[in-house]
Amino acid sequence: MNLDLSFYNWELISNFVQKGFLFSLQLTLVAMIGGILLGTVLAMMRLSSVKALQWVSAGYVNGLRSIPLLMVILWVFLLLPEGIGAERSALVTFTLFEAAYYSEIMRAGIQSIPRGQVYAGQAIGLSYGQNMRFVILPQAFRNMLPVLLTQTIILFQDTSLVYVIGAYDLFKGFETAGKTMGRPVEAYLAAAVVYFVICFALSQLVKRLQKKIAIVR
Amino acid sequence: MQSTWQTFMQDRGDGITYVDWVLSAWGWTLSIAACAWVLALLIGSLVGTLRTVPSKPLQWLSNTWVELFRNVPLLIQVFLWYQVLPVVFPSLQKLDTFVLVVFALGFFTSARIAEQVRAGIQSLPRGQFMAGSAIGLTRAQTYRYVILPMAFRIVLPPLTSEAMNIIKNSSVAFAVGIGEMVLYAQQAGAELSAEVPAYLIVTVFYVISAFAVNRLMAFVESRVRVPGYVGGSK
Repeated sequence: MNLDLSFYNWELISNFVQKGFLFSLQLTLVAMIGGILLGTVLAMMRLSSVKALQWVSAGYVNGLRSIPLLMVILWVFLLLPEGIGAERSALVTFTLFEAAYYSEIMRAGIQSIPRGQVYAGQAIGLSYGQNMRFVILPQAFRNMLPVLLTQTIILFQDTSLVYVIGAYDLFKGFETAGKTMGRPVEAYLAAAVVYFVICFALSQLVKRLQKKIAIVR
Repeated sequence: MQSTWQTFMQDRGDGITYVDWVLSAWGWTLSIAACAWVLALLIGSLVGTLRTVPSKPLQWLSNTWVELFRNVPLLIQVFLWYQVLPVVFPSLQKLDTFVLVVFALGFFTSARIAEQVRAGIQSLPRGQFMAGSAIGLTRAQTYRYVILPMAFRIVLPPLTSEAMNIIKNSSVAFAVGIGEMVLYAQQAGAELSAEVPAYLIVTVFYVISAFAVNRLMAFVESRVRVPGYVGGSK
């Protein structure tokens, strides 16, 4: 085995990787915020007493969860108007797709709040919206924060799948660097290390947060 | 719709119709998933069990295994197996791409299964271990006859979702040119200029596969459940 260590020169590879890293970051953040918002709405629909809303939400969530993310990426790219670009198509895809997963987390979070809290809110005259906004959702978010963040780490890893539509993300950055400099082995290895360091560090942070929250509660 | 179906019935040029091709792609998807599942289950059970034994080196080893395979995206792991490892270990060059993908997917999934097996074992009351040693079983015997049979029943529901995940995750094999269903959707869709029907067929096959695995695992669950314990009252 002979690795060419001269490949690991930040000045050289940053030209390829920086743009991709920023896109991966943007994709993760947009999909996290959009996904949690849409996911919360889906969770509230699922738990509402209106049958039609329950069905729509359940159909959306179970539908997206039964097909591979790669197929969803392809579908959205196909159905969006041409010329929108792989990157913007990926932003839409990941927001829609992650919403299905975040909604299951939020549903568990909302259900983890004792029914007495709902009744207490109703007793002091809060409307459904106020009850959700001031009593239920803040607690649900807090309880579910570690799980939401863990899902976000998975989301960050999954952003590498935009490979299938050729969007330029962190992984594509490394691959392009490797192909341009004729050093694919070194490039894939570097990509693996970078993803590992980021995801491992984040997961350790989540672990510490989890302990902190557990003590306060 | 009629004409679309006729398009898919047409010969690809080598005596194989597009319908035959999708069935073969489905076969690839299921074969990758099934082989990787066996590998993941074996390694995952072993690593998950090792995480609970009172030996620091074994715990460290198994924890490292889990962190390593959990924190690198699957797509990149596939490229590591396909591009990097054969350079580092030349003996891997003889292996088929299919085998390399099975290793990638199997090792990736083994980390997740290990986590669930560990959680299952740790959810058992500590008294079970003590009871085992009280009746004179060695630690290995306690695991074999007391702990693991119970733990596996507890982790069956999360294993079901992992089994469904592995079918979905097998789709990354497209990246190294294995003719599974995502690659089919792209190639057949492009060749026939019929992306929507090609994607639809593949999507339907994925849904059918996920449903079948779900029912299969539910059947296993109902066969192995212990009455009055762990969902036995269902």
